[in-house]
Amino acid sequence: MNIVVCIKQVPDTTEVRIDAETNTLMREGVPSIINPYDMHAIEAGLQIRERTGGKVIVLTMGPPQAEAALRNALSMGADDAVLLTDSAFAGSDTWATAYALSKAVRKIGADIILCGKQAIDGDTAQVGPEMGEFLDIPHISYVRKIEEVHSGGIRVQRLMDDGYDIVESSLPVLLTVVKELNQPRLPSLKGKIAAKKAEIKKWGHSDIGAEPANIGLKGSPTLVKQIFAPEAKKDRKLLYGTVEEQVDALVQELRGLGCV
Amino acid sequence: MDYFLTEDQLMIRNLARQIAEERVVPVRQELDEREEFPSEIMKILAQSDLFALFIPEAYGGLGKGILEFSIAIEELSMACLGVSTSYAANGLGTYPLLLFGSEEQKKRYFPDIAAGKRLVAFGITEANAGSDASGIQTTAKLEGNEYVLNGTKQWITNGGEAEIYTIIAMTDKTKGARGASAFVVEKGTKGFHFGKKEKKMGIRASVTCELIFDNCSIPKENLIGREGMGFIVAMKTLDQARVGVGAQGVGVAQGAFEEAVKFARQRVQFGHPVISFQAVQHMLADMATEIEAARAIVYAVARYVDSGARDITKESAMAKVFATDMAMRVTTNALQVMGGSGYMREYPVEKMMRDAKILQIYEGTNQIQRNVIGQALIKEAAKEGKKQ
Repeated sequence: MNIVVCIKQVPDTTEVRIDAETNTLMREGVPSIINPYDMHAIEAGLQIRERTGGKVIVLTMGPPQAEAALRNALSMGADDAVLLTDSAFAGSDTWATAYALSKAVRKIGADIILCGKQAIDGDTAQVGPEMGEFLDIPHISYVRKIEEVHSGGIRVQRLMDDGYDIVESSLPVLLTVVKELNQPRLPSLKGKIAAKKAEIKKWGHSDIGAEPANIGLKGSPTLVKQIFAPEAKKDRKLLYGTVEEQVDALVQELRGLGCV
Repeated sequence: MDYFLTEDQLMIRNLARQIAEERVVPVRQELDEREEFPSEIMKILAQSDLFALFIPEAYGGLGKGILEFSIAIEELSMACLGVSTSYAANGLGTYPLLLFGSEEQKKRYFPDIAAGKRLVAFGITEANAGSDASGIQTTAKLEGNEYVLNGTKQWITNGGEAEIYTIIAMTDKTKGARGASAFVVEKGTKGFHFGKKEKKMGIRASVTCELIFDNCSIPKENLIGREGMGFIVAMKTLDQARVGVGAQGVGVAQGAFEEAVKFARQRVQFGHPVISFQAVQHMLADMATEIEAARAIVYAVARYVDSGARDITKESAMAKVFATDMAMRVTTNALQVMGGSGYMREYPVEKMMRDAKILQIYEGTNQIQRNVIGQALIKEAAKEGKKQ
């Protein structure tokens, strides 16, 4: 089984400084770590490998220094690492990032793709599911438990606001995971020694057949205008009763708001 | 201070520190209060290859030396001496095999020890044999292809939790210390039981237990070295392990010192943080200086041992006695700097002070260490005398 874990190197702080001109993150001078949610994805990958055998390949897109994040993942026990690094990728939004990563996943070949639910710097939670769409495979987000996994498919628990869903899928599948899934292991000394020597594959846009028009700042359909914490809207109402009663109540509510 | 550690040594330090900070500090108080063996932490240490450190590479280890082992012990001791004792005692139990084990014995046990699958314990102490190892009363009698062990070992660290025990027993009582031999005994062997678990002042996360041998038969091949070598096996083992006990002293003192500094910066009296008072500064200055001096002797002796030096008895005793007497003073003074708060169990320093006391007692009391150093001085002086 080929397990690809997508990780992101992020600044080790929640106080991210933003470049006023490009509205992107300023990374200099801030220590970098693996996005904490991705640590759970790595652990999940290693645990699946322990159950089914196979290989865990970590994948990231970023500047050359993102290699450090990949070496950390290798020291935890990942088998192989791929770094997508190319000036043509610079400034990619989530769409362009997901496009490039999915191209790389296609080249590697994967039965299971694991991502953290979101990165702590951007907090969009978009890249994982977008990759699933680019790859045209099922994706299950917010996985809190992997109940069963074998060559024929997977059964997981998906965390919801009010409990969890049990979701089954065929393979290949893409999962995004939450921290409730596991406790990431610490690296081992043998892993660290091996990681120091390991060769990390570095791929540019032409290595993965990415269209230049679809990547980087130019290939990004979205532009960051401003970053702020959205206001939490609390006024919501739950409707009860039979379907007919609920529909009636809904129509009345909408009429009252002048929507219909 | 920079001790010019290699990249690998720094890597070991960083990993041990990460484990100490992330996995040991959050649970140390609970482990202490519940007097609970840190099984989960032992698993983490195993997974991180810390049990593989000084096992030769040929048997699945990392082939490192006493310095690397001491670095790991020091880091764990900064967080919890009970945890570091459980870890270090595994080393103590392994040295007899490392120093005197046959190829067959190494092949049989080392891969599991390196992987942390089986914990090891060392058993020499008895009710009437502590500082005086020649008072051992446990016997091992050769009967056909088996040795039959009878007797009781007491205060055995990791007793009950360990799967592999290296035991000193008398094969010939008439010969005194020269009649002692070393054996490997595996948990589960018929006639091998565990007695009472001790209640201790400190290092409560470490388990201390009686080992009872009641007509316990083990294969002849479990003899380590030759018959009559038991006392040498024990002494050479302790020579190695004492450096690690010194490292424990450095670690626990550093841990207590850091707590005291943190507290002194925050605690305000007479309108100023207490660290601004010269009386407190002088205490902290002495503590910092003593810790550094102890670390220097521990690392220097560790490097000396790793260089392959033949006789390390005096030097390892010096590292142990200096670093552990220091640890008792520094943990006591760290508590004093913190005043009433230091005495409260809400802060970790009272535990560190309780824990530190054992370092002056186990693996040879500090009075015995001074005897050892004294005897070495007499020998050296006699040698010099002959030359003249």
